[in-house]
Amino acid sequence: MKMKSLDELKKLREKAQETIRLREQEEGTKIVVGMGTCGIAAGAREVMLALVDELQKKNLKDVVVTQTGCAGLCEKEPLVDVIRPGEPKITYGYMTAEKARSMVTSHIVNGQVIGEYVIAREDSGD
Amino acid sequence: MREIALHVLDLVQNSLRAGARLIKVEIVEDTHLDSLVITIKDDGCGMERALLEKVLDPFTTTRTTRKVGLGLPLLKMAAERAAGELSIDSKPGEGTVVTARFQHSHIDRMPLGDMAGSMLTAIISNPAVDVVYRHRVDQRAWEVDTRTIKAEVGEEALTLPVVIQWLKSYLEQGVSYLYGGVVENEIS
Ligand SMILES: Nc1ncnc2c1ncn2[C@@H]1O[C@H](COP(=O)(O)OP(=O)(O)OP(=O)(O)O)[C@@H](O)[C@H]1O
Ligand code: FES
Ligand SMILES: [Mg+2]
Repeated sequence: MKMKSLDELKKLREKAQETIRLREQEEGTKIVVGMGTCGIAAGAREVMLALVDELQKKNLKDVVVTQTGCAGLCEKEPLVDVIRPGEPKITYGYMTAEKARSMVTSHIVNGQVIGEYVIAREDSGD
Repeated sequence: MREIALHVLDLVQNSLRAGARLIKVEIVEDTHLDSLVITIKDDGCGMERALLEKVLDPFTTTRTTRKVGLGLPLLKMAAERAAGELSIDSKPGEGTVVTARFQHSHIDRMPLGDMAGSMLTAIISNPAVDVVYRHRVDQRAWEVDTRTIKAEVGEEALTLPVVIQWLKSYLEQGVSYLYGGVVENEIS
């Protein structure tokens, strides 16, 4: 087995900077995963890892995945918010790694919200 | 929670909420001493003595979203079930150190679980905060420091799929080395 090294990271530098420049030109999509204690216990880590893996596989460079703390919606965890420029914020509940992957294909790539998983909608103007 | 690694991720959330800029996660597994110790040290806001004294009571929380704080009491229970203990050292304005010790071979000790996954999650979702992860299993030790990574590619690169993919493999190989994974070249 050959270890990944920091040298390999150096080689990614240019590619990374190019993508960052592209990102600066237009507002991208933000995905936010709830990471409170119940979120973590309910599988938020697996959801987060599935999301970043799927974005990598689909080469979706302008989507950022980030986290937030407890939202007080314990029983619906893991929660995932999708914020797309000019669209209302969509909150998905009871997420799993698998649901997160289909959400990327349907919502992020094809713009089709998966109504079945949605627990809240909120206007971006708020 | 089913894994110590999930508790670690949860403690990192406490540190983040305390406004930490640097979070140090250390795991030491010593099979001769038969111990597994996790330490999370942050430079966040710290806790006043009064809060510190009652923080292991589940009815203590400073969060506003609900009335109970579960993170620390749950970890305390998990440690005590495995003949271990939890201790917290904290100074307002300086930071907090949470240490949980487990008897390594105890039948009721939770598995360590996916540390690479927990650390990846903690690092990529908070690129502005620095994280050091050190892990030792008897003679083998490994560490990653996000400050080194940022020095190479910059902070924002930690949100890019290609860099995340690299970090994922880097963490997974680092952890597998600790448990006897074969290494061809030296880890830099
Ligand atoms: N690293 C830390 N720095 C400063 N304060 C802390 C830290 N860790 C815990 N605390 C304080 O202790 C309280 C209890 O923590 P605990 O993790 O048990 O529950 P919580 O974080 O409030 O809720 P939960 O973990 O269930 O989401 C917190 O609300 C916070 O005020
Ligand atoms: S994570 Fe459960 S109520 Fe917040
Ligand atoms: Mg907590």
